[in-house]
Amino acid sequence: MWLLEKQYFLMQKGRAEMGNTAQNTEVLALRRSPAHHLWTDFTVGSVAGERGVTLREVPFQRMVGIRVDPTSEVGTRIGELTGGLPLNSGDVTTGESGAAVLWLAPDEFLVVAPDDGEPGPSALVTSLLEALGDGAGQVIDLSSNRTTFELSGPSARAVLEKSCAADLHPRTIAAGTAITTEINKIPTVLFKSADETFQLFPRSSFADYLGRWLLDGMVEFAAEGTSWP
Amino acid sequence: MLLFTCPNCGPRNETEFHYGGQAHVAYPESPGELSDREWAEYLFYRENTKGLFAERWVHSAGCRKWFNMVRDTVSYEVKAVYRIGELQPETLERIASATEPEQAQPLAPAQANPTTASEGV
Ligand SMILES: [Zn+2]
Repeated sequence: MWLLEKQYFLMQKGRAEMGNTAQNTEVLALRRSPAHHLWTDFTVGSVAGERGVTLREVPFQRMVGIRVDPTSEVGTRIGELTGGLPLNSGDVTTGESGAAVLWLAPDEFLVVAPDDGEPGPSALVTSLLEALGDGAGQVIDLSSNRTTFELSGPSARAVLEKSCAADLHPRTIAAGTAITTEINKIPTVLFKSADETFQLFPRSSFADYLGRWLLDGMVEFAAEGTSWP
Repeated sequence: MLLFTCPNCGPRNETEFHYGGQAHVAYPESPGELSDREWAEYLFYRENTKGLFAERWVHSAGCRKWFNMVRDTVSYEVKAVYRIGELQPETLERIASATEPEQAQPLAPAQANPTTASEGV
């Protein structure tokens, strides 16, 4: 309780005195990502080698939810910041800022950018809000809504296929594709960021469960003498 | 486990979807003029079809959009998926007439396209 209060106090203080690096560092040091308590387990459970699979949490990514008609004037304005807005399921656009924009629905998008180490609202949200102006739509900072798991390695797809019914074969999902689906019935946004790398965005409250679930699915690849077809 | 094909997202596990009952139940043009009986029938009376049934579904764990589906309530086979606002494709009749021959004996190639088939679509 004390920690939370102190954290809150420092966050407020940090916001009020943005630019004070020492204070920001103090604030940032108090952040705990949703799966922080599993980091050791992730390291221990990761498997090297030709059947290997590695799991880690990528904490504190910036995420922004956008709801807008992509073909409207506002949509075009926002798209200028994000390298356009994706128009179909699976599509991902990337703007100059380096943020990836994932398609969630015909009028809903998720912007994902790395942690920028700032305690206040990111410059990205501010510029997106400016682009939205008073147009019809929504721009909301959703950074703490979801966390990021990165599952990578030759067996990453095999681990996911145990409990994800969506087709994860490369002929359907190439690198740079993102879909919304369920993994073991946990609503998850799945972004295939490279050939053998999947970024999973579960809601924070599911982080513990999904983290342990994926670890369970990885166990067999550490075992000797078995083979995956 | 079934895979349903969302018109926006593509094939996904059935657990990502929720059912919304019979499709194409139009809101009455003049609700105020309905008798209690007619109003009750609009609200509560639905088909209890054995066979092809047009129904609404929502992709609640995905794009969160509603769409229509023609599903066989006996075999669970999905015959058609189409967007909200689109007219029900004449699927019910067309599919019904297209599937009937499957029940019959396979026709010899010469009989496969009988010229007497003039019943229309
Ligand atoms: Zn969908």
